[in-house]
Amino acid sequence: MSALLEIREASKAFGGVQAVTRVSLEAQKGEILSVIGPNGAGKTTVLNMISGFYHPDSGRIVLEGRDVTDLAPSRIAELGIARTFQNIALFRGMTVLDNLLLGRHVHMKTGVLSAFAYWGLAQKEEVAHRKRVEDIIDFLRIQDLRRRPTGSLAYGLQKRVELGRALALDPKILLLDEPMGGCNHEEKEDMARFILDVNQEWGVTVILIEHDMGVVMDISDRVTVLDMGQKIAEGTPDEVRANPRVIKAYLGETKTDLPGGSRG
Amino acid sequence: MLDLLYAVAVAPFRDMAGAPAFLIEVLIGGVFAGLMYSLVALGFVLIFKASGVFNFAQGVMVLFAALTLVGLLERGVPVLVALALTTVVMVALAFAIERLVLRPLVNQAHIILFMATIGLNFFLEGFGEMLWGANVKKLDIGIPDRSFIVRGVQINQLELTAAATAAVLVTVLAVFFQRTRIGRALRAVADDHEAALSIGVPLRTIWVVVWSVAGVVAIVAGLMWGAKSGVQFSLSLIALKALPVLILGGFESVPGAIVGGLIIGVGEKLGEVYWGPLVGGAIENWFAYVLALAFLLARPQGLFGEKIIERV
Repeated sequence: MSALLEIREASKAFGGVQAVTRVSLEAQKGEILSVIGPNGAGKTTVLNMISGFYHPDSGRIVLEGRDVTDLAPSRIAELGIARTFQNIALFRGMTVLDNLLLGRHVHMKTGVLSAFAYWGLAQKEEVAHRKRVEDIIDFLRIQDLRRRPTGSLAYGLQKRVELGRALALDPKILLLDEPMGGCNHEEKEDMARFILDVNQEWGVTVILIEHDMGVVMDISDRVTVLDMGQKIAEGTPDEVRANPRVIKAYLGETKTDLPGGSRG
Repeated sequence: MLDLLYAVAVAPFRDMAGAPAFLIEVLIGGVFAGLMYSLVALGFVLIFKASGVFNFAQGVMVLFAALTLVGLLERGVPVLVALALTTVVMVALAFAIERLVLRPLVNQAHIILFMATIGLNFFLEGFGEMLWGANVKKLDIGIPDRSFIVRGVQINQLELTAAATAAVLVTVLAVFFQRTRIGRALRAVADDHEAALSIGVPLRTIWVVVWSVAGVVAIVAGLMWGAKSGVQFSLSLIALKALPVLILGGFESVPGAIVGGLIIGVGEKLGEVYWGPLVGGAIENWFAYVLALAFLLARPQGLFGEKIIERV
């Protein structure tokens, strides 16, 4: 089976700092792939390279057999890769509804001329997009927040809206950068549920960066472990949990179980 | 004391009522000046909305557009061709600015980009002068600066044309922003660059579009001001008048730029004509700034500005 997304030996340096060194990674269609590792391991850099925010110094990124290494972020989004951000990047001055509608951007067509020439067409298109957005709003259970500006929402809800905007793109691949970071227990459970549903019911492939090992081990099909910019392990959650190199990377020399590994 | 009160609060209104035709003329003059301020302010708003950059060079862009147009007309190019060529020049300028100024400075602090536009300001001023010379030029686009009388009110044909053009331009821009895909994308970019990129908005295209539109707005503004008072370097100074307009209307609001411009245009003309003699004239020179100051104290986001909501 050929991979949906492939990273081949990608490297990226910032000034003198080698953030990622010859990392290869494959995401199969329909799976949840988690990328874990200690702080500074290069996880977000990998995500930024996939989404086109950074371009690797060497190596290739291939989506469905097509080389997308040097494409701009907007082109990557058009090809069906949506993402969220570690620090939340929402349109803070706009409502939840507007944020999600903007998520439909790549599917919208109304240009300057048609907006003038035939208002009806624009209206019809608007209705179709609105329908899709309402589905997502129902799915994420944020019905009563529709008209609220996103900047005024609680942190956990902002994360949820950001997920919603990414979903509005109808992505093939969803890149999530610490979707549970800074969330409380209940919010984490909700988010884990949403990710599983998106994956199983909508068939979206998910690449997830997350620090909460309990969640990662629970919901991932496969886990890739990075340390100091290099891949040190890969496999099912159980395989990774038992891997001595992983244990060493997380805990130094001691032979203890992974943090949170006994949970779930 | 009572005399003063009378002179300030009663006499001007008595004068207005006494000569309504003249009052209407003053109002029309104010509306005309106001629309011109609005046009310059519009250029600012467009760029500010899309990139969060306060474009210090907007005034010089107006001058540059007018200089280019006059330069072409002087060389015997027909009006319509000259207009088309000037548009091409302004769009080319937008491409150059994106490539040479904005792209290398992407993700820099706003103040850096602001400084870059100050540099752009000096460059365009010098470049325009080098290309077309520094003399005051007459801009004649074939609309006669002639007046006709309607029910005792003198109406200037040039001013009327300018007002109509501005109104059309504003309508087009409003539809562009509210209804089109690219207009929406533009608002997204204004709000958050990273988020806009992640939903598939091409930042560079948006910047080129915005600077091009600002360039076209500059042409219209340059055309109207130039036809009225000649093309000269003081044209770039009207950019300063756009600042109070922006404070009044809100930096991010297209309707705000229009209404703000009208309030200032009409306000300063009325002040000058009816209250000017009390303080020895020149109200026109400071009225806008005092009004802006009052707004800064009372309503800093402007009449139409988006309320700044920040969760702490």
